[in-house]
Amino acid sequence: MSLLATGASRTTAAPAAGGSGARPRLSPGRIGAWVFIIVVLIVTIFPFYWILRTAFSNNVALPTDPSSFLPVDFTWGAFKRALGLASQAEAQAQGGSGAALDTPLFLRNSIIYATVQTALVVFCSAMAAYAFSRLRWRGRNTVFNILLGALMVPAILTLLPNFIFVRDIHQLNSFTGLILPGAFFSAFNIFFLRQFMLGLSTEVEEAAIVDGASRMRIFFTITLPMTAAPIATLSLLTFINTWNDYFWPLLATNDDHARPLTLALGVFKQSSPQAAPDWAGLMAATMIAALPMLALFMVFGRRIVNSIGFTGIK
Amino acid sequence: MAQIVNEQPAAPGRRAGGRRAPQRPAAASPRRGDGKLAWLLITPAVAGFLVFFAYPTVRGVYYSFTSFHILTAPKWVGLANWREMFGDSVFWHSLLVTVYFVGLSVVAGVLLSLITAVVLHRLTRSTVIRGLVILPFLISGVVAALVWQWMLDPQLGIVSQLLEKVTGVHLLFFSDSHWAVPSLAAVSVWKSMGYNAVLIFAGLQTIPPTVYEAGRLDGASEFQMFRRLTVPLLRPILVMVVILTVIGSFQVFDIVSVTTQGGPANASNVLQMYIYEKGFGELDFGYASTMSLALFVLLIAITFTQMRLARANETDLN
Repeated sequence: MSLLATGASRTTAAPAAGGSGARPRLSPGRIGAWVFIIVVLIVTIFPFYWILRTAFSNNVALPTDPSSFLPVDFTWGAFKRALGLASQAEAQAQGGSGAALDTPLFLRNSIIYATVQTALVVFCSAMAAYAFSRLRWRGRNTVFNILLGALMVPAILTLLPNFIFVRDIHQLNSFTGLILPGAFFSAFNIFFLRQFMLGLSTEVEEAAIVDGASRMRIFFTITLPMTAAPIATLSLLTFINTWNDYFWPLLATNDDHARPLTLALGVFKQSSPQAAPDWAGLMAATMIAALPMLALFMVFGRRIVNSIGFTGIK
Repeated sequence: MAQIVNEQPAAPGRRAGGRRAPQRPAAASPRRGDGKLAWLLITPAVAGFLVFFAYPTVRGVYYSFTSFHILTAPKWVGLANWREMFGDSVFWHSLLVTVYFVGLSVVAGVLLSLITAVVLHRLTRSTVIRGLVILPFLISGVVAALVWQWMLDPQLGIVSQLLEKVTGVHLLFFSDSHWAVPSLAAVSVWKSMGYNAVLIFAGLQTIPPTVYEAGRLDGASEFQMFRRLTVPLLRPILVMVVILTVIGSFQVFDIVSVTTQGGPANASNVLQMYIYEKGFGELDFGYASTMSLALFVLLIAITFTQMRLARANETDLN
């Protein structure tokens, strides 16, 4: 599929040094270019392989063959440790530290945090985007521009006072405190959806108005379904961002109760011994933290790539 | 699949139309009944904006003029924090470290992603390859930092091992005060390079092939066309990539916090790390807010200067 596309577009879009003809000849330039791309791909992918290779190694055996490209003394032990399934003795025999990372709890926290946050903020953004694109009202552009101004403010300036605010309403270490600041408003999300809604044809809506449908009903039964694709893309991006968020959870949680996995992993690393940490266990936990993102990538990779193309050229 | 196809073609036309000449001048004349519903629909977003963006921004500005140690109420001290900041050698050092990090990330990141995008655009339209390239962008900074710290581990890391075997050089990477910042920049570039490359790739797709045909007829070489056609036509998107990289790099925190925590001996103590330390390590919120505000002012100044210098809003495509 992609090969066909390459051949076709090459003759029109990029007649390279190779010369004429539908099939590109392999000039030295082209070979060099492919070598470059392959090197880039290897550097990009290799760390992911290395996480796996280390996670399936026995931490005690790791130093015996550090440059082996296959797992050293293959074992599921590191994953068991990371999931809290290994007994104390078993863990220590494989070089795990006594301290355990309560991965299932943190995984649950991450799922709650990312799912609720995504659902709320995408829905609120869709409503706002509808008002900014399909309704006509006084002050529309002014309000929109003011909201867009939030894109300029660096996170740290608002997060310190937000921390004080959440502390004052006694919501530190709770999901409420974690989710609240980002639950209702995202300038980027509103902008993104508004762009799509501006481009929808008005005919269907006008027909519905003639039939006596209320504006609210049109929003739910016509506009939302028509923008299902961009809403899905946006939910995906928001979910990924929330899952990977580090700084705000670091401020808003200081015990395990609501702490998401990404943060817990970072904290766990900082508290593990500097001299000989349990790299196998750490990499297993890292794999578990990255896995949901990798799964989303497998399913929705094309959508993500295309959305970057779109958001890029604003 | 069908949905995705739907998404794409609609986008460019709308952008061009929406930007230059508003398609609906009717927006100027409010429609009866719309106003009430509009305010109802934007209430959550506006409330979120006011409570968690506007109000904290104002608070942050206020705190920067106070002595505030979390447990006691803020006390107005005027410009004391600002005077402290200008005389604080650690702050200036942090700023220098941050600028060094930003410089490395921007130069290496933008060059690499530009080359990758141009080469990819020449070779293949494969979405799979572009997908693989953005993979690091989807994982968290913590994961990226952890795996690179492991691969760069002076004793057991695979990169250290190979480096020593091939060149005989033994580097300490994150634990070496000279290599800490370049190592952090490498992680940062690794994580964002693919995203930027796909952005630039999207920009390349908007350049009409006729431009290159004309160039070829005039006898331009590949390199000349890259320099005289591709780069100028890509300017708006390149400027955006540079600005996004600069803004993001100035606020780097997670990879530093996981790997070096500012060390060794402050060698990688970037601004946001120092702000966090002041605020949550020493509970000096007033001073931390002052530095956050300084960072904000700095970012705005840099962004506007860059936009000015690069005339980002104009394309040469007309």
